[in-house]
Parts: sequence; structure tokens; C-alpha cells
Amino acid sequence: MTTQYETVIGLEVHVELATRTKIFCGCSTQFGAPANANTCPVCTGMPGTLPVLNRQVVEYALALGLSMSCKVNQYCCFDRKNYFYPDNPQNYQISQLYLPICHDGEVEIETAKGKKLIRIHEMHMEEDAGKLMHDESNDTSLVDYNRSGVPLLEIVSEPDFCSAQEVIAYLEKLKMLCQYLGISDCKLQEGSMRADVNLSVRPVGSDVLGTRTEMKNLASFKAITKAIEVESRRQIALLEVGETVVQETRRWDENKEQSFTMRSKEDAKDYRYFPDPDLQPIMISDDWLARVESEKPEFQPQKQLRFQEQYKLSAYDAALLTQSRHMAELYEQTVALSGNPKKTANWFMGECMRLLKEKGMDAEQLKFTPKHLAALIIALDKGEINQEIAKTVFERIFEDDIEPLAYMKEHNLLMISDTGAIEAAVDEVLIENTKVVEEYRSGKEKVLGFLVGQVMKKTKGKASPGMVTELLKAKL
Amino acid sequence: MQRIDEQTFAQVELLAKLSLSKEEKCYAMAEMEKLLTYMDELQELDTEEVDAMVHVLPQVNIFREDVVTNTDGRAMLMKNAPKSKEEQLVVPKTIQS
Repeated sequence: MTTQYETVIGLEVHVELATRTKIFCGCSTQFGAPANANTCPVCTGMPGTLPVLNRQVVEYALALGLSMSCKVNQYCCFDRKNYFYPDNPQNYQISQLYLPICHDGEVEIETAKGKKLIRIHEMHMEEDAGKLMHDESNDTSLVDYNRSGVPLLEIVSEPDFCSAQEVIAYLEKLKMLCQYLGISDCKLQEGSMRADVNLSVRPVGSDVLGTRTEMKNLASFKAITKAIEVESRRQIALLEVGETVVQETRRWDENKEQSFTMRSKEDAKDYRYFPDPDLQPIMISDDWLARVESEKPEFQPQKQLRFQEQYKLSAYDAALLTQSRHMAELYEQTVALSGNPKKTANWFMGECMRLLKEKGMDAEQLKFTPKHLAALIIALDKGEINQEIAKTVFERIFEDDIEPLAYMKEHNLLMISDTGAIEAAVDEVLIENTKVVEEYRSGKEKVLGFLVGQVMKKTKGKASPGMVTELLKAKL
Repeated sequence: MQRIDEQTFAQVELLAKLSLSKEEKCYAMAEMEKLLTYMDELQELDTEEVDAMVHVLPQVNIFREDVVTNTDGRAMLMKNAPKSKEEQLVVPKTIQS
């Protein structure tokens, strides 16, 4: 009988925090600055410099930690992790080993078999390293320290995952928590969220963990899924022929869909961790904790349920609208002004989503004023404009946040409410189409549609079709 | 008893990215033995009842606010760079941490 194997996965997720400045110095964290422009003696490891902790990093760490039901080390500190590499100018990374800010939490995910709790081993604050670019032309590397010192949270889970689907569900959940808290945009592609996958296999039913490998360089959900599948197969194949898995770090190559050995895993003792004497400990008071706890936002699942109740939306609509906290808030503010939850939802889910997709934007980037969309919805409701014109006006709101009524007046897009003007158009059409008029009068009533169409054409679509029909009938 | 054996030393050499001559190695191994002997002396102290100390100063919560105070650091950094190209430091080819 062949042995059946199961995969056991634990994750180390790095989240880059959306602070204005680095963790230990006043350098900007702005993405896309010229190489090395965002540097100073502190983040380039010059001798004699003193790091000073950015308070916001602690705030963000506590916000995420409490949202994952973590216990907090109210007395915590930073440690030095020593290793030599050109992206690390101090020759050590400032991180937390002995007293990480948070530990023992949990995150609930949805799986094919229902809800599952993923245990969080610990979460700590640390600094990011610089970036190396390899110059193929002359076999050298170029170093850019803009990222050196950018604050990170590292979230270490217990080995509680057994499939790629569970891993993805967990990452989506973390992303939602971070975005709702406004602490990170969590973009895998841009590196503001990075996941290292620790994976081992074992015979089904065994309660001993196999030897694990750590997989790095996973820049998309697709890469993570593929890497888990390929690495499980690789390890099972080794065991099947009686070989052993080597504990090592492997690098995923997305193009080759294969992983390669990076280095044999260094032990914690090889990093010679010790408390950083440059940084004083952090003491988090009960009051501080209580404040952060009280400031936690309403998260997606609760918000979705409330939207279903309060606005009578379907689960599907409510789920889509609450994907982004920013969009959910715009929606609620618009409803408060338009007084129409269903029609407002239709605008968000229809035109708004279409434009986001077309322009390759995120819901987080929506920038229009709720008042403007509400005014458009009300104008449409009152029959002041028709659906087609409303769509073009919405595009202008979406792009430049124009005030719709002023815009429609200026561009002469409002419906003609003046009966006289419509009557004149009706009269003209009747004179120009005497033959059709005869047909109608002799009982061929369906030609009325044609006549309505002609009037609409004359008024450039700005007359109410109902009013036109009525006027025509009266005159015929 | 010799505690710094060839294998331990090779591991330290690897981590420190050093490659020492035979004489240097003999010297360094003897020095490391001496360090360990000194540690043995410290081990004799009874610290059972003493809490681990995180910092020597009795201060906590030294923070800065999240405000940008630094300007373009390129000129300073390049002045200290033995070799640079396009305002980046040039180092021997290094791949995969």
C-alpha cells in the first residue's frame, strides 16, 4: 500500500507599514523616490548615530495585534539580528526576538469545510533592508537604501494550514484587516506584503512534523499556490525514494515554476541576537491599550451584515461594497444624502466598478464627493436627466469630482421641462411627417413610436418620452 | 578541554564571511577559548533570583513623531561610498540572501 501524505504549512508574513517616515529616523518612506534620496546617517548605518522609534509604528502594531486577538507584551524591546549582507548597512537588523510586541493570537478564515482558526504565534516590529540591483554588465551589485529602515510588521503563524486555498484565505483576511485599519496597502506585487511559506509533508495520521523548507520570493497569490503545490510534490518524491528533505531556504522562480536552494537555513543562534542598547524599552499602559481597542473599526464581516440589514442589500452586493472600507464609507455617505440605498448601490456596483476596472484602479483610490453622486441620483430620480446622460456625467464625477448640476447646466444636458419647447418640436414633427400622421389616424397606432422617436431626436434626447407621448396623442 | 574545534571555527568563519590564514586561525581559536573560560567564571554567579535586564537606563518610551525631518541624503552617502554608479553604491556581485 502506498503512503498517503499531507502538507503542513506555516506562514511568515511581512507587512510594510504606511507611515510617513521610517521606523528609526525622519526619512520619508515615499515609494518611487530617486535611488538613495530617502536616506540619512541612521538608516545607512553610519557609526555614532542613534535610532529613535517612530510612535506610529507601535500604534499600528497594537491595532493589528488586537484585531488578531493577540496578547500584548506591555513591556517589550528591540533586539539586534546580526548578519552580513550589503542590503543591511548596520550589519544587523533591528527586530524583536525576546519580547515581541504581540503573541498568541488567532485569525478566523473561511475554508471549503467551514470556518477555521489559524493561530498566531507572534507578531513583531522590525526594519526593512535596502534593495540590491544586479548589474549584469560588470558583475557587480548596486545598492539603494531608500527601503532601509521602512517599518515592517512580521506576523508568524503556527503551522496550521493544510492547503494553498487556506493560505490564500488567510492572506486575504490579513489584507482586509490591514486595509480597514489603514496601516498598509498590502500589495504583494509591490512588495508591501510578502509571504514566506514554511512547508513540510508527513504521512497522514502522523503527529510528528516533517523537515520543513522555507520558500521566498512569492510575489502573487498565483505564485504562492503554485509553489505550495510544486514543493509538496518535491518533498513527497524525496521521501518516496527513501531520501530526506534538507532544511533550507528556497527561492521561487515564477517563470520556471520551480524553486532553487538559496542557503542552508541559519539557526537563530547564528544571528547572535541580543537586546539593542540604542533603544529603550517600550512600556504600553493599560490606558494606551484600551484606547487602541476602542478605536478598532467595524471590520468587513460585521459591516457586510449591517449593510444587508440596514440597506436591505443582497449578501453579494453588501460583500462587494464592503471589500474596501473607503468605498463602504463613500457608499454610506452617499445613501445618507440620496435617501436611496438600492439605487446608490447600483451606481457603485455598476458604473463605479466598471470604471475602476477600466482604469486599473483600486477602490481605495476613489476620490469623489458623496454629495455629487447623491445629486446625480436625485436628478435622475426627478427625471431631470436620462440614464444615458447620467452615465456620462458620472464619469466626470468619477474622474474630476465635478458638481453635477452646474456641469449639466453648463453643458446643456438637463431635460427640457419647458412644455412650450417640447410642443414646438411636436408640432414640427407633425408637419414634417404628414404621411405617418395619416396612417396613425387611420388606425395604425404603432407608428406613434416612430413619431416619439422623431421628437426625441429633435430635442437631443432631453425631453421626457412620457411627456412627448402625451403631447403627441393630444394633438393627433 | 578544547571547546572551539575546527568545525565550530569553520562555522564562525562562514558567518563572519572571513577567510583566515593558518596563523590567524590558531590565534583566533585560542582567543575564543579564553573568552569561554571567562564566561565560565561568570557562570559561577548565582542569578537565579535576578530578572533579566533589558536596558541599563531606567527610561522607557522614547519616541519621535511620524514627521519627515530629513532631506535628500544622496550627497552625504555618496561622499562615503568607495565606489558608486548612478547614485547607488557599487558592491561585489551579491545574490540571494
